[in-house]
Amino acid sequence: MATYTDDPRIVEFDVRTDEMLVNMGPQHPSTHGVLRLVLRTDGEIVSEVQCHLGYLHRCAEKIGENLTPRQWIPYTDRMDYLAAMNMNLGWSLAVEKLLKYELPPKAKHLRVIIAELGRIASHLVGMGAYGLDLGTFSPFLYAFREREKLLDLFEEVCGARLTYSYLTPGGATADLPQGWLQKVEAFLKQFEPVIAEYHALLTTNSIFIKRTCGIGVLPPEMAINYGCTGPMLRGSGIDHDLRRDGEARYTDMYDGYAFEVIAQKNGSYPRDHVYPAVPPEAVLGDCWHRFYVRMLEVVQAIDLVRQGMERYSTTPGDWGQPIKLSTKLPKGEAYLETECPRGQMGFYLVSDGSAIPWRVRARSSCFCNLSVASELCHGCLIADVPAIIGSVDIVMGEIDR
Amino acid sequence: MAEFINSRLISTLLGWFNVDALPADHWLGFVLAGLVHTVLVIHVVAVGALVFIWMERKVSGRIQDRLGPTRVGGKFGWLQTLADGLKLITKEDITPANADALLFKLAPYVSFAASFAGYLALPFSDGWVGHQVNCGIFFIIAIVGMEVFGVILAGYASGSKWSLFGGMREAAQVVSYEVPMGMCVLIPVVICGSMDLITIGQMQAGFFTNWILFHDPFAFVVFWVYFTCATASVNRAPFDLAEAESELVAGFHTEYSGLRWSFFFMAEYGSMFLVSGLAAILFFGGWNGPIPIFGPEILNLAYTDAEIAAGTFRLGGYIANLAGCVNFIGKAVTGVTVMMWIRWTLPRLRIDQVMTTCLKYCVPLGAVCFVGVVGWQWAQLWSPNDLHPQQARISVRERGLIDRPVRTEGMARRAEVVKKAAWAGSVPVQAGETR
Amino acid sequence: MSGEDFVARLKKRFGAKIAGANLQGVDPWIEVTPDGLVEVGEYLKAEPDLRFDMLNCISGVDYFEPDAKKASKAEWQPHIEVVYHLSSIAQKHTLVLKVILPRWKNNQPGQLPEVPSVTGVWRAAEWHEREVYDLSGIMFLGNPDLRRILCPEDWVGYPLRRDYEMPLEYHGIRGR
Repeated sequence: MATYTDDPRIVEFDVRTDEMLVNMGPQHPSTHGVLRLVLRTDGEIVSEVQCHLGYLHRCAEKIGENLTPRQWIPYTDRMDYLAAMNMNLGWSLAVEKLLKYELPPKAKHLRVIIAELGRIASHLVGMGAYGLDLGTFSPFLYAFREREKLLDLFEEVCGARLTYSYLTPGGATADLPQGWLQKVEAFLKQFEPVIAEYHALLTTNSIFIKRTCGIGVLPPEMAINYGCTGPMLRGSGIDHDLRRDGEARYTDMYDGYAFEVIAQKNGSYPRDHVYPAVPPEAVLGDCWHRFYVRMLEVVQAIDLVRQGMERYSTTPGDWGQPIKLSTKLPKGEAYLETECPRGQMGFYLVSDGSAIPWRVRARSSCFCNLSVASELCHGCLIADVPAIIGSVDIVMGEIDR
Repeated sequence: MAEFINSRLISTLLGWFNVDALPADHWLGFVLAGLVHTVLVIHVVAVGALVFIWMERKVSGRIQDRLGPTRVGGKFGWLQTLADGLKLITKEDITPANADALLFKLAPYVSFAASFAGYLALPFSDGWVGHQVNCGIFFIIAIVGMEVFGVILAGYASGSKWSLFGGMREAAQVVSYEVPMGMCVLIPVVICGSMDLITIGQMQAGFFTNWILFHDPFAFVVFWVYFTCATASVNRAPFDLAEAESELVAGFHTEYSGLRWSFFFMAEYGSMFLVSGLAAILFFGGWNGPIPIFGPEILNLAYTDAEIAAGTFRLGGYIANLAGCVNFIGKAVTGVTVMMWIRWTLPRLRIDQVMTTCLKYCVPLGAVCFVGVVGWQWAQLWSPNDLHPQQARISVRERGLIDRPVRTEGMARRAEVVKKAAWAGSVPVQAGETR
Repeated sequence: MSGEDFVARLKKRFGAKIAGANLQGVDPWIEVTPDGLVEVGEYLKAEPDLRFDMLNCISGVDYFEPDAKKASKAEWQPHIEVVYHLSSIAQKHTLVLKVILPRWKNNQPGQLPEVPSVTGVWRAAEWHEREVYDLSGIMFLGNPDLRRILCPEDWVGYPLRRDYEMPLEYHGIRGR
């Protein structure tokens, strides 16, 4: 302060506005649940973003120390509640890894179908909600229209629409119902053309492009350094997908399936389908690329579901009976990551030889993805904050666990 | 009207009490006449908002593959807004502790009053106007610009940071968009040579080719610029930055509840209709339909200039005016519907992009079009418009400005039409033509 | 990525800082002493044939049996483990590092055990360390912003410790 009084010229030339601390959330329409961001703003420009988590913290890990692995499945549902199937899958695989349990081949194909349908359902919400973040409401409802049909299919399989608890250690709680595959095929057939609608409303919309291109650019090194995974990582042009590069126990499921990792390689995305072109304004690693990767993964998931259905119906054998509720876990520890819609979801369990694990740990993909958000939001406008947070596609249930 | 109230109603009333009759120009008559007009116009706004909110629900529902309201009031949920209104009235009226209570309570009224006052000079048909202002456009543009004060007040007085952001954004945005909007509005003024909205409407009488939209390519372009600016100045998506719900929670009306909140909404829908109505008058022939069924060309029922000047009443003329009113409202509602359609389709722009759209695209486009239209007029290039008889009328007023053969040619064409009409039976007298 | 050769290579380079290894289990792991952790981390990240550029997860595992009867049968002495799961995007392999700490520093309950932060090596560690600090009660020296992340800042205790007891009451909310 002393300098101000010493030299009046400084006062004259140092006319500037005050910085303001603004609380975005935990009750804010575009923080996707109960995330609280504290923005330090100078006018419309955000100079610092600090994330405050934990509003949905239930300490699921502590609960896991008191339940058998199969009993903990419903708690995995409530982590990423938009892709509960994939959460079930991750935990089941981790338990099976510790048990050294060999799945029947048919169960693997069943899991591919279910997991990829789960991916579509999850990305539909991610896409629709991103539209909401940018101020357009209709794509959200178009996305939910299709998601409803998917949820109907899931309901038929397991009786639940959101928290499925369907895939369990050992396989699944039940076989796919009669005639279900035909219904899936019918859904996919009517869903495929709808994707063009989404591209028209969002991906190629010029306002959308203006709002997302060059915003929140995440360089590949930073993405890796912060542990970002999933579409975040691939949106930055890193060719990494656990379905191909993961552990053998997981990649086994996708063994023989034809798919390419969706990431910009040598300046271009895979050309297995007709996708809209990348606009010239887009910078690798920006919000647009992250969104685009998700959209492309939906198309790819359709392919994978079709392949899975074909294999499932031609593979003889059992669909995978779940393990006994009181199965004793061998002494030791296992960690396994799977490629969930939002990134790599890891489950770590330590056992002391009893049926109840000694320690359960969930490595959340959104948790790491969100940790980079304050870096991305530095120096952007207030309107870009929802755009960036939305492109990270967070689910607070998974972050807070 | 004022004279009628003074000399007939009040004087008769006073006559019963043996009091002297009032002079025809007594102030009381003017006040009462003003009240009658106000009540009528207020109902246009209130009922309009009722309809538009229902329409917004229906339009958005249909766009989003939903049905929208279906139950309230029997079919189509057409009483949905009433139910909404009842809900809003019964809600608690909260003033936040941090708010500047007086300004906070004042803001919705300022906003609503400004939007509503614009209707004063908006003609719904030939001569059907609250008050015929000879600089009607100027009046409406100025009054609509006042609406922003309500929003800024709300943003400032709410004591909420989000509201403040909304208010500041609105201030920046509306003030910038006034510039290109003013330019766009100037073009019909230049073409018609009048700021009186009734005159502008009358000049576009005849077939739809007479609409100023088709005057020349520049006028055609400038309509779209006008519509963009109008959308922005009434705060509709994709320019709804002041209430951007995904960024600023609800922007300037975050802290409002109940009836005060609904006043902002009425103001918004009021302004939407106002700017769309202005577009209808300035570019789409106002109350004149695409085919002049009631005009001298076909049925010849509409009031003639002389009749308007004399203030005579004729049923045919009244019906023509009524049809004109329907025409006008239809055009304005189309504009409002397009605004809704845009809102439910496009994402929102960012504040800097909104400003760029205004300053880098709308202002230069508006300026170029302005120069273009003036040049077109000056060079007297071909135009599908046939505004000439009225032009002739202007040339009387501004003699020397327009005295070229094209005009007389147009006059001749019009005279022919009139002659045909005369052959059909009646003899319309065009005030300007006889001179 | 954790065969005998690899452990020998690390041991040759870091000597006693590689405290041990378990190559038998489902997930083999290598134990590092706290003072060698950052050094080893930097080496693992920088070495071109290793390139462990991504830190997937940090977990705190508390080995403590509050029940005295069961504790006498336990095969381990009470301790706490910090487990680092690493992977390499470039080389597509994974590795598990462990740091074994006493449950309390100097065996004085309440004093958190300390381990150096690896935030300088992998930025992802920042939030993970905050979480482990929050839930398991391990002090990460050098973390730029070591605050509770999931629990409220005035929460007492470390929920994932085995001897943790839920508070009776928190700001008027019944706990048990």
